[in-house]
Amino acid sequence: MIPEIGQFSLILAFCFAIVQGTLPLIGVWKNNAALSNLAVPAARTQFAFIAITFICLDYSFFANDFSVLYVASNSNSHLPLAYRLAALWGGHEGSMILWVSILALWTMAVTLFAKSLPETFRIRLISVMGMVSIGFLAFIIFTSNPFERLIPAALDGRDLNPLLQDPGMVFHPPVLYMGYVGFSVAFAFAIAALLDGRLDIAWARWTRPWTTVAWVFLTLGIAFGSKWAYYELGWGGWWFWDAVENASFMPWLVGTALIHSLAVTEKRDAFKVWTVLLSICAFSLSLLGTFLVRSGVLTSVHAFATDPRRGVFILLYLVVVIGGALLLFAWRAPKVGLGEKFDVVSRESMLLTNNVVLVAAAGSVLLGTMYPLLMDALGAGKISVGPPYFDAVFVAIMAPGLFLMGLGPLAKWKKASLPEISLRLRVAAVISVVSALLVPLIMGKLTLMTAVGVFLGIWVISTSLILLRNRIKTRQAATPNLLENIKGIPLAFYGMLLAHLGIGVFIMGVTLVKGYESEQDLRMDKNDVAKAGNLNFRFDGTQDIPGPNYMSTQGTFTVTSNGKVVAVLQPEKRFYPVQGSMMTEAAIQPGVVKDMYVSLGEPLENGAWSVRIYIKPFVQWIWAGAILMALGGVLALTDKRYRILNKKAAKEAQEALEAFEA
Amino acid sequence: MKATAKFLIPLALFFVAVGFLFKGLYLDPHEVPSPLVGKPAPVFSAPILSDAGKTFNSADMRGKVYLLNVWASWCGACRDEHPVLMEMAKSDQIATYGLDYKDTDQEAQAVLDANGNPYKAIATDANGKIGIDYGVYGVPETYVIDKAGVIRYKQIGPITDEILLTKIVPLLKELQR
Amino acid sequence: MKKLLIILLLIANFVLASSSAFAGEAKPLGDDPVLEARLKTLSQDLRCLVCQNTTLADSSAPLAEDLRQEIRKLMREGKSDKEVVDYLVARYGDFVLYKPPVNNETALLWFGPFMLLIIGGFVLFRVLKKHAGSEDIQAEDV
Repeated sequence: MIPEIGQFSLILAFCFAIVQGTLPLIGVWKNNAALSNLAVPAARTQFAFIAITFICLDYSFFANDFSVLYVASNSNSHLPLAYRLAALWGGHEGSMILWVSILALWTMAVTLFAKSLPETFRIRLISVMGMVSIGFLAFIIFTSNPFERLIPAALDGRDLNPLLQDPGMVFHPPVLYMGYVGFSVAFAFAIAALLDGRLDIAWARWTRPWTTVAWVFLTLGIAFGSKWAYYELGWGGWWFWDAVENASFMPWLVGTALIHSLAVTEKRDAFKVWTVLLSICAFSLSLLGTFLVRSGVLTSVHAFATDPRRGVFILLYLVVVIGGALLLFAWRAPKVGLGEKFDVVSRESMLLTNNVVLVAAAGSVLLGTMYPLLMDALGAGKISVGPPYFDAVFVAIMAPGLFLMGLGPLAKWKKASLPEISLRLRVAAVISVVSALLVPLIMGKLTLMTAVGVFLGIWVISTSLILLRNRIKTRQAATPNLLENIKGIPLAFYGMLLAHLGIGVFIMGVTLVKGYESEQDLRMDKNDVAKAGNLNFRFDGTQDIPGPNYMSTQGTFTVTSNGKVVAVLQPEKRFYPVQGSMMTEAAIQPGVVKDMYVSLGEPLENGAWSVRIYIKPFVQWIWAGAILMALGGVLALTDKRYRILNKKAAKEAQEALEAFEA
Repeated sequence: MKATAKFLIPLALFFVAVGFLFKGLYLDPHEVPSPLVGKPAPVFSAPILSDAGKTFNSADMRGKVYLLNVWASWCGACRDEHPVLMEMAKSDQIATYGLDYKDTDQEAQAVLDANGNPYKAIATDANGKIGIDYGVYGVPETYVIDKAGVIRYKQIGPITDEILLTKIVPLLKELQR
Repeated sequence: MKKLLIILLLIANFVLASSSAFAGEAKPLGDDPVLEARLKTLSQDLRCLVCQNTTLADSSAPLAEDLRQEIRKLMREGKSDKEVVDYLVARYGDFVLYKPPVNNETALLWFGPFMLLIIGGFVLFRVLKKHAGSEDIQAEDV
C-alpha cells in the first residue's frame, strides 16, 4: 500500500510540475493574474507530493519491504538502519528521486525566501524551475520507476553494495546533489532575466547568494566524496579523475567562475552576457554530468544504469532544456547593454581573467572526459584519458590563474596599476620563492613540481594575508582602533579571504602529499616491525570480530616513535556474505603534518599478512582547504547585502534598487 | 547579422556535443578493439586437452581458415555461447579450435562431457600466457584466422546467431575462396 | 652529542624489539624492491582491462595479476619501461595507456585546452580594450 501511495504522489507531483512549469509563464505573458498566481501554490504542492514520495520510498527501505523491486535490489534485512535509509540513493531509480527531491527543496526555498523580487520575475523564476522538474519527473515515471513491485516478493534483499556501506554514503550524495542541483536556481534566474529582458545589477545581486549557497554545498560534497575515497578504497588515493568525479568538478569550476563574474556584473553592470552564459553553463554541466552517469556512455565505476532508452530520454531532455536556454540566449543576449566602463588593468579585468582560466580548465576536464567517446564515435579507436593527462594539462592551465589570484584582490576597482600592485606584493614574492626552495629541502628532495606547487600555495596564502594587513592599515590610518577596524571590515571580504586561503592550503596539501608520500608493500608475520621514517609499525596479529552484517578480520598495529606509542591502528578486512564480497577498511591516524595509513592485503601462510603502509604528509590539508573555501562562502553569504532572510534588509535593497533604476 | 551570429556559437557547440553523445549511447565502452586484427596471429604450441603428450602447434594451421575460440569452464558467458558453437560444428565449412584459458583439464573435460564438444582440438593455456599474447581480456573471445595466419576478425564476448550470420560466415566465405 | 643520541635510540630500539619473542623486520612483498618500485610507477599509468576504472597497479583482477607478473619477467630480462609499454600496447592497444600518446588524433585533446586559454585571453583583452574606450578612468578605492 505504501509504495502505491508513493507512486501515486509521484504522478501527482508530475501533474503539479506541469502546472507550475507552464501556466504561470503563460499568465505573465498574457497578463493573466489568475494563471500567474498559480506558480507559488503549484510549486509548494509539488514539493509536498515529492516529500510524500520520498518518505514512502524510504519507509519501504525502513520496513524491509522486499516486494518492492528497488528495495530488494539495494537493501537487506541485516543492513544497519542508517544505511537502509541511505540505500534509497544507492541505485539508479532512487538517485533520481533524490535529484528531484532536492530540486523541489530548492524551489520551495525560492518560494519562501526570494520574496523581495518583482512579482513577474519571481513567477517566471519559479515556473522555469517547474519546467526543469517536469523533465526529471517524467524520466522517473516513464523509465525508472522505483516503486515497481516484485511478485512474488523476495525473501531478503540483495543488499547495498558493501562499498557504499559507509557513513560517507549518508552524507556525500545529498550534499553533492544540493550543490549540483542548486545551480538550477542560478539557471532559472538567468532564464527568467532573459525572458524578462532585465539583465541588470539587481539580477546579479539576487543571483549571487543562491549561487554561493549551491557552490558551498558543491565544494563540501566534492570534498566529502574525495575523503570517502581516501579511506574506503584502501590505497589512499583521493582523486582519480574518474568520469563521475569530473562530472561534479566541471560545474564546480564553472560555478566558481560564475561567482567571480557575478561580482563584476553586480559592481559595474558589465559583462552581463558572459555572466548569464555562465549561469546557463554551470547548470548545463550538472545536467550533462547526470547524463554521463545515468546513461553509461562512459565507463565508470559509478555507472549502474546502462540502458540506452534512459540515455535517449535524458539526452532529449538536455536538448530541450539546454538547447532551449541557449536559443533564448542567442535571441535575447544581443540586446543587452555594455554597462559601466573600467580599465584594461583593474579588479574587474582580473576577475574576468580568472574566468578565462577557470573556463579553460573546465574545458580541459570536459575534453579529457569526452575524448574517448569522441574518438570512438568517429571510429578512430579506443583510448583512455586518465590522471597523467589531467595532472599535466589541468595543472598547467590552473597555475597562471593561481598566480593571478595573488594579484587580483589587491587591484583597485575600475583602474589599477600593475607596478603599484607588484610593489605591495614584493614581500609575498620573497616569502614564496624562499619557501619554494626551503620546504622541499626540508621534506627531503627538491623537484620542479614541488617547488612550483609550494610557491603557488605560499603565494596565495601570503598575498591573502598581505591583503588583510593592507585593509586594516588603511582603516587604522583613519581611526586607530584595531579591534573596531577588524570588526568593521565587511564579512564578504573575510569570506573571500578565507576561500582564497583555503585554495592555498589545498595546494600545499596536494603538492606535499604528491611529492613526499611513501608506500611499502610488506609481508608481516606477527610481531614483525616495519619502519617508515622514524616510525615503527609493529604487527600484533589479527582477530576475528563479527559486525552487524559482515565478518571482520581486524589487524592491530602499534606505532611507536622513539619507543613511545604514538598510535594503535586497526585496519580490517570485511567479508559481506550477502554479496559475497571482501572490503578493505584502512586504518588511518590523521595528523596535521602527516597521516599514517595502514591497510591489510591478503592473508599469507602462518598468520602472516601482506600489508600496505603509507605515510601521507599533509594530506589532511586537502580537505581542510576545501572546508575553508566553503566557510568563506558561508561568510560571504552573511554579508549585509544578501541577508535574504532579513526582511528589512530586503526592503532596503529593493528601495536602493528602485532608486538606482529611477 | 555577423554581430548576432556569435551568440549562436554556444548553441552550435552544444549540438555538436549532443551528436556525439547520441552516437555514444550505442557504443559499448567496455569493448576494446584488438590491435592484432590484420596482424599475424601469435605462434604458439601448447598441450592438447585430455590428449596427453600431444601438442597443438599453431604453425601447423597455415593454409587453413579457422576460428580460435578462447573459453573456460568457469566462464558463464561461454555456456551461453556453447549452443552456437555446437551448431557451427555441424557444418563442415567452419573449423573451430579451442583455447582453454586458465582452467584445469578435469573441469574443462567435465563441461565438454556434459554439453558436447564443438572443437576440432583444444589447446590448453593453464597460466594464461598465450591469452596475454593474443590480448585476451575477457572470455569468451573468438579470433578468425586466415590461410596466411593473419587475424582477420576478433569477437569479444559470446558469438550470437546474429553475429555468426552477419559477420563471421560472410568473412569465412570470403577467406576460403 | 648527536652520535650519543643515535646510539641511545638504537639501544632503545633493540630493547623494544627484543622484548617480543619472534620480532623480526617486515620483509618487502616482492623479492626485488627496486623492481617492485619500477613496476609500481609504471603500472600506475596503465589501465586495467577487466575492471576498467582502476590502474594496473591497484587492480586485483586475475588478469592484472598475470600482467604484473609478465611485466616483472620482462623487467628482469632487462627490458626498458618503453619496451614493456610497447609490449602491452601491441596486445591491447592504446586503451591501456592512461596517458594517451600525442599524435594527430589526440592533438585536440592535448593542445585544445591551451588554445582555449590563449583564444579566451586574446578575446578578453580585445573586449576589455573596446570596453574601456579612450576616456580616462579614475580608480575607485575598495
